[in-house]
Amino acid sequence: MMKKTDSNYSRRSFLKVTSLSGGGMMLGISWFASAKPEDSLAELNIEPVWQEVTSFIKIASDNSIKIFSPNPEFGQNVMTSLPMLIAEELDVDWKQVEVEQGNYDPKAFPRQFTGGSQGIRMAWKQLRTVGSAGRQMILTAASQAWNLPVSELTTANGMITHAFSGKSETYGTFAAAAAKLPVPKDIVLKGNQSFRLIGTPQKNVVAPKIAQGKPLFGMDYREAGMLIAMTERPPAFGMQLKSFDATAAKKMPGIVDIFPIQVFKDDHKFAGFDTRSFNEVIAVVGKSTWDVMNARKKIKAVWEVAPERKEMGVNNRETTVPSGLESTTKHYAQMLEMSKNPGVVERKDGDPEKAFAEAKHVIERTYTAPFLAHNIMEPTNTFAHYVGDKVRFVAPIQIPDWIMPSIVARLGIPKENISIELVRMGGGFGRRAYGHYMIEAALISKQANAPVKLIYSREDDVSAGIYRPSYQLTYRAAFDENKKLIAFHAKGGGVPESPLHANRFPAGAIDNYLAESFVIPSNITIGAFRAPRSNFNAAAEQSFLDEISEYMGKDPIVFRLELLQRAKDNPVGKTNDYDASRYMGVLELVRDKSGWGKPENAGKKRGVSAYFCHNSYAAQVIDLQVKGDQVTVDQVTTALDCGVVVNPEGAKNMAEGAAIDGIGNALFGQLTLTDGRTDQRNFDTYRMIRHNEAPKNIDVHFVKNEIDPTGLGEPPFPPIFGAMANALYQATGKRFYQQPFQPQLKG
Amino acid sequence: MIKKYSVKINKKVHQVEADENMPLLWVLRDILGMEGTKYGCGVGSCGACTVHLNGDAVRSCQLPISALAGTEITTIEGLSAKGDHPVQKAWVDVDVAQCGYCQSGQIMSAAALLKNTPNPTEEDIENFMTGNICRCGTYTRIKKAIQLAASK
Ligand code: FES
Ligand code: FES
Repeated sequence: MMKKTDSNYSRRSFLKVTSLSGGGMMLGISWFASAKPEDSLAELNIEPVWQEVTSFIKIASDNSIKIFSPNPEFGQNVMTSLPMLIAEELDVDWKQVEVEQGNYDPKAFPRQFTGGSQGIRMAWKQLRTVGSAGRQMILTAASQAWNLPVSELTTANGMITHAFSGKSETYGTFAAAAAKLPVPKDIVLKGNQSFRLIGTPQKNVVAPKIAQGKPLFGMDYREAGMLIAMTERPPAFGMQLKSFDATAAKKMPGIVDIFPIQVFKDDHKFAGFDTRSFNEVIAVVGKSTWDVMNARKKIKAVWEVAPERKEMGVNNRETTVPSGLESTTKHYAQMLEMSKNPGVVERKDGDPEKAFAEAKHVIERTYTAPFLAHNIMEPTNTFAHYVGDKVRFVAPIQIPDWIMPSIVARLGIPKENISIELVRMGGGFGRRAYGHYMIEAALISKQANAPVKLIYSREDDVSAGIYRPSYQLTYRAAFDENKKLIAFHAKGGGVPESPLHANRFPAGAIDNYLAESFVIPSNITIGAFRAPRSNFNAAAEQSFLDEISEYMGKDPIVFRLELLQRAKDNPVGKTNDYDASRYMGVLELVRDKSGWGKPENAGKKRGVSAYFCHNSYAAQVIDLQVKGDQVTVDQVTTALDCGVVVNPEGAKNMAEGAAIDGIGNALFGQLTLTDGRTDQRNFDTYRMIRHNEAPKNIDVHFVKNEIDPTGLGEPPFPPIFGAMANALYQATGKRFYQQPFQPQLKG
Repeated sequence: MIKKYSVKINKKVHQVEADENMPLLWVLRDILGMEGTKYGCGVGSCGACTVHLNGDAVRSCQLPISALAGTEITTIEGLSAKGDHPVQKAWVDVDVAQCGYCQSGQIMSAAALLKNTPNPTEEDIENFMTGNICRCGTYTRIKKAIQLAASK
């Protein structure tokens, strides 16, 4: 069954084809700048800058098909799933498709953006439209060549067939003719029931190269004459460079030059993703990484405490970055102090003050978490070559569009003179949304007058990061004499941002509700980290719900379902940002798949948790055992509702990874500071989850529906923290309020 | 001090001039242009740089070039000619990789494990592989892939 697309895409885009010299067809799609942004785009503050023609598909006469994957790849496997969308509508055999990473080209590719779990969601109609248009043009070309009506022709696996006559030919046969045809005005998309490829498990198209250790990453990039650069920076946040002497360092073997660079100009207008940990650093340029690492040790630098500074935002809003050497213990004390004062009211329903005053019983708990470092396995790096007034990058970067204006502003060259080759990223998790390292590499290349690859050592990467903030949430629940929940209060704050999502569950399910926030200014740099804010909210909120359900004598799943039923039938307030039915759906699925409450599981130490973020719903049940300070996770059962699943193989892998990553961060993850210096500098001090600590088994289940796909990279991550805390309680009889959990198992 | 060394890597002898303390990792990556062996920590804590030294898994970031006389090194590039070592095939079959950055090291560790312990228990796998970090969290798939390779 086919259905006409109801999207705006066909109206505001046109397709253009160009003939390949070899007699094939190249299909592109163009997006008018005048188009109104989709609501979802507006939500993300992404400006559509798509104006001219680009190419996603190449079909050659021999019927080989190349599909370009537009989005930067960091392990979320979009290089497989995005081309699958095109191949589905194009109706080609997936086995004949070769996938290539598209380079940065906003005119060619409408949305080269990896972040916010939006890749598939945003591409769902766009890329299927690209594929469908190609198919329709080839059909038209075949119908003209055979003198047969299009309605009598069918396509499958890159072949066109006329059933009556038995004629059958490849797409490649008609590709050249199709390229000369006008592009169809109305693009028709398949109905979900007709999918042949979408929804089938497909292996990562890059897997064979990865298994052979091919040089796919920014770290692996090299070219003739390339030098290696590293940067030396203050030993602690809150410090800056006063002076340095590089005489001895410059004499070290292989060293070409040593000089300071200033990352952003003093009057820079900071956009949201212009964060960098230190603005003035010393660049060391040499022939090999080892030479540069050794020379760094010989630099005699004098650092001083930096004064308070103002940063001007692009919105002309000024931020004050305080002076001082900060410590984690002080942050915790500050947050606790702040939590005692009234915060900024983010939402209020009913009369919470009165309800708390009249309550028969109140439970109050405070949850705290440290900073987390991204610890991307491939440390931060970029290749840059600055020649004349042009610069060429080979960069692992999640959102090239967001760093471009800053590169332009810093280097003073037009954006046409900047090219970016996108390379596979060895992890991102938000870290590579902050492209300051590209500016650093370009400045170093310019000064050194050579192509350079800038590399962060692991110590640089850990100790000069853009961290997940340190957060705190205090919850209060009020009960009447029948232990009925009558009011709920959340007060959340952090260094330097609040984690609060005031309109998320359980808002909407409780008559009297109050959400307040506070912030503590800081000079520690923070940024997006896999499901920002949600990754802490879920931990705190889901632990608290577990504790109050126990007080009420209710099963934790039943309790959540009752609240959600209320939010569904008779929601409090109009700004609730979740769909209660879908929330219930994942809880029910995880309950059934984990055998929750079944007699055979009575002896298991298990915890449950559910959360909504990035448009998707996730619930998890963890079974574990604790011996001394050793935690063995026997089983993780995950239920997800992210709408249609494009590639179940990749989707499962990512959900499994989210569980392991989440368990690791919940048990061990912490970046603490003493007088501005990070206590962890490398993997010998920053505790990562390892093989023997990973769950013995992980099952991932998807709610089956026909809803357009939503995010998947982030949603399964936040709830795992809550499920861990709740399962640990079952195993130890102890509640866990402070992350990471594992150190509290000692003794 | 810069000296001349000859090192046998993937059955081929290479002549290199390098600082005596330069770890094999950087000899491979910066001098010989063999970039399958990855840098993750430089302190022996992550396993991204794992290679085989006389058949055993070792961390190349901890091996100075001056210590390699008379040894045979195998890197991921030399594990098989066409990426068809049973471990590499199992990695593709089980669809292990996410970002993939840690996987050269994981594969080299796994290949060394299976060479000495052709039928490892789950515990053998966990213990042997504990030195290899994967931030993306592919550990359960790695275990499945090792079991698959062992069964072939
Ligand atoms: S780079 Fe050698 S163990 Fe991490
Ligand atoms: S696959 Fe990304 S670190 Fe292992």
